[in-house]
Amino acid sequence: MIAEIQIPEKYLETFDQSNSRTAAQPRWLQSLRQEAFARFSESGFPTTHDEDWRFTNVSAVAGTQFGLAEQANVAKKDLEQFDIAGFSCQLIFVNGLFSEELSIIPSAKSVKISNLAAQLAQDPAGVEQHLGRYLNTERDAFAALNSAFIEDGLCVEVAAGVVVEQPIYALFITVPGATPTMNHPRNLVVVGESSQVTIVEDYASLGEGTSFSNTATELVAGDNANVLHYMVVREGESAYNFSTLRIQQGRSANVATHSLLLGGALIRNNVHPVLAGEGSECLINGLFMANGRQHMDNYMLVEHASPHCNSRQFYNGILNGQARGVFHGRIIVHKDAQKTDAKQTNRNLLLSDDAQIDTKPQLEIYADDVKCTHGATIGQVDENALFYLRSRGLGEVSARDLLLLAFANECLDRMNSPQVREHLERLVVARLPESAQFSGEGSAQVVERNWEEVG
Amino acid sequence: MSLLEIKNLHASVNGNEILKGIDLTVNPGEVHSIMGPNGSGKSTLAQVLARRESYEVTAGSITFAGKDLLEMKPEDAACEGLFMAFQYPVEIPGISNAYFLRAALNAVRKYRGEDEMDAMDFLPLLRQKMRMLEMDEKFLNRPVNEGFSGGEKKRNEIVQMAVLEPKLAVLDETDSGLDIDALKIVANGVNAMRSKDRAMVVVTHYQRLLDYIVPDFVHVLVNGRIVKSGGPELALELEQKGYSWTEGELTGVRR
Repeated sequence: MIAEIQIPEKYLETFDQSNSRTAAQPRWLQSLRQEAFARFSESGFPTTHDEDWRFTNVSAVAGTQFGLAEQANVAKKDLEQFDIAGFSCQLIFVNGLFSEELSIIPSAKSVKISNLAAQLAQDPAGVEQHLGRYLNTERDAFAALNSAFIEDGLCVEVAAGVVVEQPIYALFITVPGATPTMNHPRNLVVVGESSQVTIVEDYASLGEGTSFSNTATELVAGDNANVLHYMVVREGESAYNFSTLRIQQGRSANVATHSLLLGGALIRNNVHPVLAGEGSECLINGLFMANGRQHMDNYMLVEHASPHCNSRQFYNGILNGQARGVFHGRIIVHKDAQKTDAKQTNRNLLLSDDAQIDTKPQLEIYADDVKCTHGATIGQVDENALFYLRSRGLGEVSARDLLLLAFANECLDRMNSPQVREHLERLVVARLPESAQFSGEGSAQVVERNWEEVG
Repeated sequence: MSLLEIKNLHASVNGNEILKGIDLTVNPGEVHSIMGPNGSGKSTLAQVLARRESYEVTAGSITFAGKDLLEMKPEDAACEGLFMAFQYPVEIPGISNAYFLRAALNAVRKYRGEDEMDAMDFLPLLRQKMRMLEMDEKFLNRPVNEGFSGGEKKRNEIVQMAVLEPKLAVLDETDSGLDIDALKIVANGVNAMRSKDRAMVVVTHYQRLLDYIVPDFVHVLVNGRIVKSGGPELALELEQKGYSWTEGELTGVRR
């Protein structure tokens, strides 16, 4: 108990530090942050007694004294290792703060692609309309902590009736220091009526060291908007990555959010869409690959708040070594959300005896005319399939890799931006045990597929 | 030199002896048919040849292309030029037929010290082989065998064989469950692959297949032993008299 009271006290000092860094912020934001900090101080970190955190122990985060990460030096050529050169719109954040010299933002009409700090200076009233309106700081201490430290992040605003062709790629680089540091990127994406946009959030580390990325994104999809969102976590071995994606969907809005979790000591991936407008649709698709002692927790909270909405959750996990995975799929169907169609599938491959997965569906249905299904599977690599591939000449390791890639492809194939999919497939292939066998093949496969579709 | 030389082969599955002394010699260019009733060991023989590890060889030897086949892993046997068409082809969701086959062909080419093939060169080759088996091009990008009908799976096996161009093809009940049209297509594909350098071992339960793939030799396998060998006429005799006839023969000629 004593420990729980002490925890937020450690944060008081860093909060003051953060305040001095953000003194120019508008008054409403300062009070929003104050309230969030008070909320965090009151609740402290969750424990495994909390149902939402039953399978994930955050004491490693709670017990570490994190300093506020500062802007660090990152050279242009340091970016090469992240393999994002193919994206024409890149926003680079270092330790949570926007780096103008590293970023490439093409000029575009009817879409504001910027960083939160700049946007706050330029159009505080516009930001105020959305920022902090959706994220629930009451039920999640990490969301409260993020809100308390709002300083910078991705900020995108798409006007009504605009199709943004190129994906907007936001790369968040953590540069660990000599002592543990934390950063709290806060992203805001507002998509106008009948508009279309693709957003990629990618969290990566440059160098090893203890770090804590605690991110939150509010994504507002206006009526009839089409949004593709990607979340990549490929941080270092001593990195903690906690994220919350809060999606607010208008009438007939169509949102797909894809997660790819590859690197980090402890990852908590919260996805919380609210299907607020009638006839809206949400696809939540993800792949997590954990090895060693990695822990990856996926917490889905899908709220059906209006009639005739569809949601689909597909998460595949590949767990090796002593890794632990969690899939918690919660669906809440509110009283008036008749004709809801919600589906949830979690499939897992355990590659070692010590790997573990906890999968838990949780359906709360308050309407009476709904369709809700869930399913989970846990299995090993299919020995028959392995023999089949080997009998065609593929070595055992390659055959195993191909089967893992096949399993990963179930998720990758749902990612419908060819450019992003190809990029993510390369990241997946690089994580396979004998990755050299398939390097460069992924892109060829995508090309083949496109040919067939065209011809 | 013979391509395949099986001597006194004994094999067990889960401790039960299934093959009890098989002798068989196959030369390049020859087509051998292995016939026999259920449980006689036909499929076990095919699986042992393809090097499935759960089949334990307890005695005897197999020489393939001058090398000890029993020392080979499944992938080595495949790279050396042995191909088995599965009785029950496995479905592999998430990997397209084209991708899988190119990976397989490149593994074999790499083993032989040949250059790997890129997609641009490979696709025309694959399309040509698929046309031979009258398979629609949509199967190129469909996941391996997933959602294929029984006949489509069997045709897909022969497409794979045509791409990999083995020295020895073992067809394990490739005809079972096919309607007559599919059977003709498969048989045409197999016949097109016959050459003076390539041998085939056709394992079948039914004589009907041999109307379309006419073998040079027919062997009757009963209770783990080859009890009778002969020319194609043996298959017809078997058709008329049934397998019980050979079982009677067996009791008469038991060594």
